[in-house]
Amino acid sequence: MTNDVIRLLGKNQLFIQGDEAAVYGALIADCRFFAGYPITPATEVAEGMAKWMPRLGGVYVQMEDEIASIASVIGASCTGVKSMTATSGPGFSLMQECIGYACMAEIPCVIVNVQRGGPSTGQPTEAAQGDVMQAMWGTHGDHQIIALAPKSVQETLDLTIEAFNLSEDYRVPVILLLDAEIGHMREKVVLPEIKNVLVEERVPATIEPDRYRPYRTGFTRSSKVPEFAPFGSGYRTYVTGLTHDKRGFPVTTSADVHEELVRRLVEKVQDDIDSIWYYEDSFLEDAEIVVVSYGTTSRPAASAVKMARKNGLKVGHLRLITIWPFHYEKTRDLLKNAHTIIVAEMNLGQMIHPITEAVSSDTKVILAPKIGGAIHTPFEILKFIEGEQ
Amino acid sequence: MKAGIRISGFGGQGIILSGVIVGKAAVNQGFNAVQTQSYGPEARGGSTRSEVVISDEEIDYPKVESASVSIIMSQEAFYKYASRTKREGLIIYDPELIPDHKIDGDFKLAEINATRIASELGTKIVANIVMLGAFNEMCSLLSKDSMTEAIKDSIPKMLDLNLNAFEAGINKVKLVK
Repeated sequence: MTNDVIRLLGKNQLFIQGDEAAVYGALIADCRFFAGYPITPATEVAEGMAKWMPRLGGVYVQMEDEIASIASVIGASCTGVKSMTATSGPGFSLMQECIGYACMAEIPCVIVNVQRGGPSTGQPTEAAQGDVMQAMWGTHGDHQIIALAPKSVQETLDLTIEAFNLSEDYRVPVILLLDAEIGHMREKVVLPEIKNVLVEERVPATIEPDRYRPYRTGFTRSSKVPEFAPFGSGYRTYVTGLTHDKRGFPVTTSADVHEELVRRLVEKVQDDIDSIWYYEDSFLEDAEIVVVSYGTTSRPAASAVKMARKNGLKVGHLRLITIWPFHYEKTRDLLKNAHTIIVAEMNLGQMIHPITEAVSSDTKVILAPKIGGAIHTPFEILKFIEGEQ
Repeated sequence: MKAGIRISGFGGQGIILSGVIVGKAAVNQGFNAVQTQSYGPEARGGSTRSEVVISDEEIDYPKVESASVSIIMSQEAFYKYASRTKREGLIIYDPELIPDHKIDGDFKLAEINATRIASELGTKIVANIVMLGAFNEMCSLLSKDSMTEAIKDSIPKMLDLNLNAFEAGINKVKLVK
């Protein structure tokens, strides 16, 4: 399919926006269903999918709102088609109930959230990282999703493919956290060669149809992820948001059934955190101060750390690529030599909370916040570093 | 090598497209380039700017702080951005859109009546491409070939008109300081 995309484009090097890179990533990952409701700054994702889906035999539906969009994405995914939607804060809020449904019914889907200033309709064209906690905790009840935050247009493409792979592997919603800056930023992107791209598929049911149990486990790569029989494939299957047993039927008053199910929903992701948690670090070996960042903010943070190093300061940089699940042990280990951690984020303090919880109590953790739309300048972050010398 | 180009004006003038063309031209020439933009929710009107960072190294911070070149197409943008040009940097502006273009400081100033030239060519919507012609003439950063390639790639419709606008910008820009 990648070859199809490259053939249709006529070239493999592009100068495109982050939003468009999410489209190409989805095409390469074999996404063939998109339902959405256009919203700045995510509209270009819908626009790109509207252009490409019909050409590749897929389906694009513009729905009446974001609730319907995520609901139809879940429905399409139940039939075995890789499915995606894209939105921004106001739409992401509307999607929360169905994100919980996808967690509970274990329906893979990818949700691109191109974050803008909130709350409410806020700043439509301005960047923010204000939905980081909402990505994990926006829907009610115990659950575990996966969220990834790219820093460049190329990485947006690469992580969109990864988002589909993780979603199929773990049967969870995966949220790609962009922001208005990276969504609208243009950079050079090189489409990967098909032979270098790993595209995961859901593990299909193989048992005889009359013995099929939709939520039996132990037959996929991860022992806690059920195999999948798409609607219409001849298997009798049942999907519900109610607490259910292995047959998929509601059992709503049994503590044992609820505990077994909900613990599995969390553990199927948490048990594999070592292979899901991506990060990048630089200059950590001798760093006394470490700047922690994710997404777009990592770019001025990287500049600031390089400037500080030039001035002889012992400063390092840790960039979170996987935001959720959060790897407490690994974070503590990576940051163990620093006396001060500076968390740079475009909000008034969100990831600073798990980071503070992760590091030892005698490590000082301070926030370098920024709201209003503009990304941090390197100098703003440098001032925080110099203030901690 | 690292250069920052800031193009500013109001919505509808093709400010963002100009930035995209400069970014593509830089990539065509083998540089790294990042193009970013800022605009309001309006489809037309409102202040708009587009920034391009060009470098032969990896680009971390994607924004332009002090611009090497400022291309300015509205009075409001001139007041806001002209002084945010580097020392000895270049400011290119359309004097008919910017009657008050007095500025102190160590800058090179170049004038081009881009909007009038574009109207004479048939439509003022190509004024942004006239400005890019002026940029190409006044600044040796990007070759004419890579700029022309980027224009062809970005504006397949009405290509001749746009190439004429680009040539007019090259021929008619005047260094005033």
